[in-house]
Amino acid sequence: MSVEILMPALSPTMEEGNLAKWLVKEGDTVSAGDVIAEIETDKATMEVEAVDEGTIGKIVVEEGAQNVKVNSVIAVLIEEGESADDIKVDTSEPEASEEPKQKDPEESGPSEEEKPSVPAAPVFEAQADSEVPEGTEMVSTTVREALRDAMAEEMRADGDVFVMGEEVAEYQGAYKVTQGLLQEFGAKRVIDTPITEHGFAGLGVGAAFAGLKPIVEFMTFNFAMQAIDQIINSAAKTRYMSGGQMSSPIVFRGPNGPAARVGAQHSQDFSAWYAHIPGLIVVSPYSAADAKGLLKSAIRNPNPVVFLENELLYGQSFDVPKLDDWTVPLGKAKVVREGADVTIVSHSMGMRYATEATEKLVESGVDVELIDLRTLRPLDMPTVVESVKKTGRCVTVEEGWPQGSIGSEIAARLMDEAFDYLDAPVVRVTGKDVPMPYAANLEKLALPSTKEVIEAVNTVTYRQV
Amino acid sequence: MPKKTDAAAKASTKANMPAFTKEEELHAYKEMLLIRRFEEKAGQMYGMGLIGGFCHLYIGQEAVVTGITMASKKGDASITGYRDHGHMLVVGLDPKAVMAELTGRKGGLSKGKGGSMHMFSEEERFYGGNGIVGAQVSLGTGLAFAAQYRGEDTVSLTYFGDGASNQGQVYESFNMAKLWNLPVVYIIENNKYAMGTSVERSAATTDLSQRGASFDIPGEQVDGMDVRMVRDAAERAITHAREGKGPYILEMLTYRYRGHSMSDPAKYRSKDEVQSMRSERDPIEQVKSRLLENDWATEDELKDIDKDVRAVVSEAADFATNDPEPDPEELYTEITV
Repeated sequence: MSVEILMPALSPTMEEGNLAKWLVKEGDTVSAGDVIAEIETDKATMEVEAVDEGTIGKIVVEEGAQNVKVNSVIAVLIEEGESADDIKVDTSEPEASEEPKQKDPEESGPSEEEKPSVPAAPVFEAQADSEVPEGTEMVSTTVREALRDAMAEEMRADGDVFVMGEEVAEYQGAYKVTQGLLQEFGAKRVIDTPITEHGFAGLGVGAAFAGLKPIVEFMTFNFAMQAIDQIINSAAKTRYMSGGQMSSPIVFRGPNGPAARVGAQHSQDFSAWYAHIPGLIVVSPYSAADAKGLLKSAIRNPNPVVFLENELLYGQSFDVPKLDDWTVPLGKAKVVREGADVTIVSHSMGMRYATEATEKLVESGVDVELIDLRTLRPLDMPTVVESVKKTGRCVTVEEGWPQGSIGSEIAARLMDEAFDYLDAPVVRVTGKDVPMPYAANLEKLALPSTKEVIEAVNTVTYRQV
Repeated sequence: MPKKTDAAAKASTKANMPAFTKEEELHAYKEMLLIRRFEEKAGQMYGMGLIGGFCHLYIGQEAVVTGITMASKKGDASITGYRDHGHMLVVGLDPKAVMAELTGRKGGLSKGKGGSMHMFSEEERFYGGNGIVGAQVSLGTGLAFAAQYRGEDTVSLTYFGDGASNQGQVYESFNMAKLWNLPVVYIIENNKYAMGTSVERSAATTDLSQRGASFDIPGEQVDGMDVRMVRDAAERAITHAREGKGPYILEMLTYRYRGHSMSDPAKYRSKDEVQSMRSERDPIEQVKSRLLENDWATEDELKDIDKDVRAVVSEAADFATNDPEPDPEELYTEITV
C-alpha cells in the first residue's frame, strides 16, 4: 500500500512553508529516519525524515516550491511489489481536518460562536463547623503547644505521618513548635534536614507521591520561596496533570508574615500567593483551638496543604477544648462575634488588630460582626456574603500587601455576589505597599493597626467621630 | 567504585563485554524498536497538527531506559523529566493511552489533562513526566525516602539530563540521599546538548558521573548506546542501592537524533555528527547486527518483528486520532480530592 508523505508542521503555529530541497529522487529506497527533504519557514529550516520504509514512488511537490500548505501531499512512498504507475495522488488543497491544528491564540482564537460554553465551576459548600460539646473542659494553651499537640496526636494515630525540616528534632524546633516530638517518636519520624528548602520540599512531595504523609516545616515561609516551585508545580498540580491518579498528601507549615524587627527579607505575608493556586488548600489560623483542629484536619487531608502560622502568635494563649480528637473543618470561616452594623473579615495576625478594634467599636456602640476566615483556599465566601447581606458594609484586615491581596479578592467577590446589598465600598486594611523597613517607627507604620481598622469601619459606616 | 572515563568505557566495550542471551537481545530489540517507531509516529503526528505544544522525542536514547528497566524489578519506582514517552512504554504502559495523551484525548493516560510531558502510573510506579528541569531529582529522592521509611526493598530510578545536572536542587538531593543512604539510582542521560547548549559550554567539569564525588556517591560513565553496557552498569548500581549502601550515579553517554523539541532546527551541531552517531553507534542497529551475526534471527524474522511493532504503533495512532477529546466537565475535576 502506498504511503503519502505530507508537508509537516514544524510548530503548532505553522500553516505553510517552502520545500527547499529534495535529498532523494524518485526510485530511491528509504528507511525510517532517513532525511528526505528540507523545508523552511521564516523562522527555521528543518529536515523531513521518512517515517516508513519503501521506495520514493513519486515526488509531487517540486524542489523550490513556495508556500506549500501543511498536510498537503509532497511525495508518495511505495512498498515492495508496488509500481509507481499505480499511484493516484489527490493534489487538492488539504481539507480542514476535523481536529484543527492548534493556532496561535493571538492570531486567530476561536470566535465566540465556536467556543463551547465553559462548564460551571463547582459550587463551594463549607462543612458545618465543629461543635464543642457542652461541659467540655477548656484548657488555656499557647498556639505553639496546640500545633505540637496536633502533630503528636496525628503521629500517634498514623505511622505514615512524619515531620521534617531544619532544627525540628535535636534543637526542638527553631520556634519550639516541635518540642518533645523527637523524644516521643524518634529520629526516624522527626527528621533534621540540612538547610536545603528546595531539596527537602521536593523530597517531601516525592515521599507523598509514594503514599507517606509528610509534615514539612519551613523555619519561616520566607525560606519556602526557595521551594515554591515544588509546592506549586509538583505538589499542587500533579493530581490534575495525572488525571486524578496521583495525590500529594503533604502539609507545608511554618511561621508566615512579619515577625518583629527582622527586616524586609524575613517579614512577608504569603497568604495571597498560595491562595492563588488551584490544587492547594491554604490555612491560616489565629486561635490555638483553630490551630490545633485545623492542623489535625490538614494532616489527614489527601491534598497538599499550606499551613501558614505566625511567629508572634506562637506564645499567645487561648482556650482549647480538652477532647480526644478535636478537629476543625478546612474551608470553614468562623463568625467570632455576631453583629448587625459592619462586617470585619480577617485571618491570622490580622485578627489581633481586628479583635482589638472590635472591642473598642462595640464599646462605642458599633455592632461589629467579626469573621475569622481561618482557611484561605477554599475561601468560605458564603459565610462572608451572608454576613454582608445583613450588615451592608465590609472591612478586610490582613498584613499582606494591598495589590492582589486576600482583601482584594473578597472585595471583588462581594461585588459579584452581594453588590446590591453593599451600602458602602469595601475598604481594605493591609500592610503598606513597601518592603518591610527595619527602623522601629517605620516598621510600625508599615503594618496595619487597630487604629486603621477603626478608621476603616468609620469610613464604611459614614460615622463621624 | 572505579571511575570510568569515556575512553575507558569505549575500550571496555571491546573487552569483557557483558553478554546478552538470545532472549535478552530479542527483548531489547523489540523494546527499543517500539520506542523508535512510536516516536517517529509521534513526530509525524506532530507535523500533522494532531499533537500540540511541546513534544520531546527520545529517538537515539532508547538503550538507556531499556537497559535500566531490564536490570530493575517490579515495584521499583521511576521518574523522569519531559522526554518521557520511552520510559512509559518500557515500563509497560499502553501505547494507545500514551499516544492519546499526546493528542490530548479522553483515553490518554492523564485523560488528556497532562500532555506529552505529564503522565503517571501508580500501578507501574511511574511518577512522571515532570516539566521543570531538575525537579524530578528531589522528587525521586523522596520516592527512595519512602521506600526506606517503610522498610521496602524497592529502588528509585531517577532519570535526568545533562542540562538538569547543573540545577541546584540536584546537589541538595545528592547530599540528603547520601546523608541518609537512600536507595536511589541517579541516571544522567547525557545526550550532549541541553536544548542548544553543549555540555562543554555549560559544565565546568564534563565528567558528570563524578558530580556526586563531594558527597561520596559512586558514579560511572557508561556507553549509553549499547544496551548491554547499560544493563550491566544498572545491575551494579541497583544492587548497591537495594543493599542499603545508598545512592549511585550512572552517567549514560547517549545521543538524541532529533532536536530538543519538535520546533528545534538543531543548528548547534553538525549534520556529520548526527549522521556518524546514527550510522556507527545506533543502539537498535547494534542489537540487530548481533542477532544476525549469531544466527539468532533472520532478516525475515526481524522484519516480522518490525511489522508487529508498526502494527502496535499504528493502532495507537489510530486510537489517539479518533478518541474524543475529554468532556468539558473534566475542566473542573481532579484538582483536589
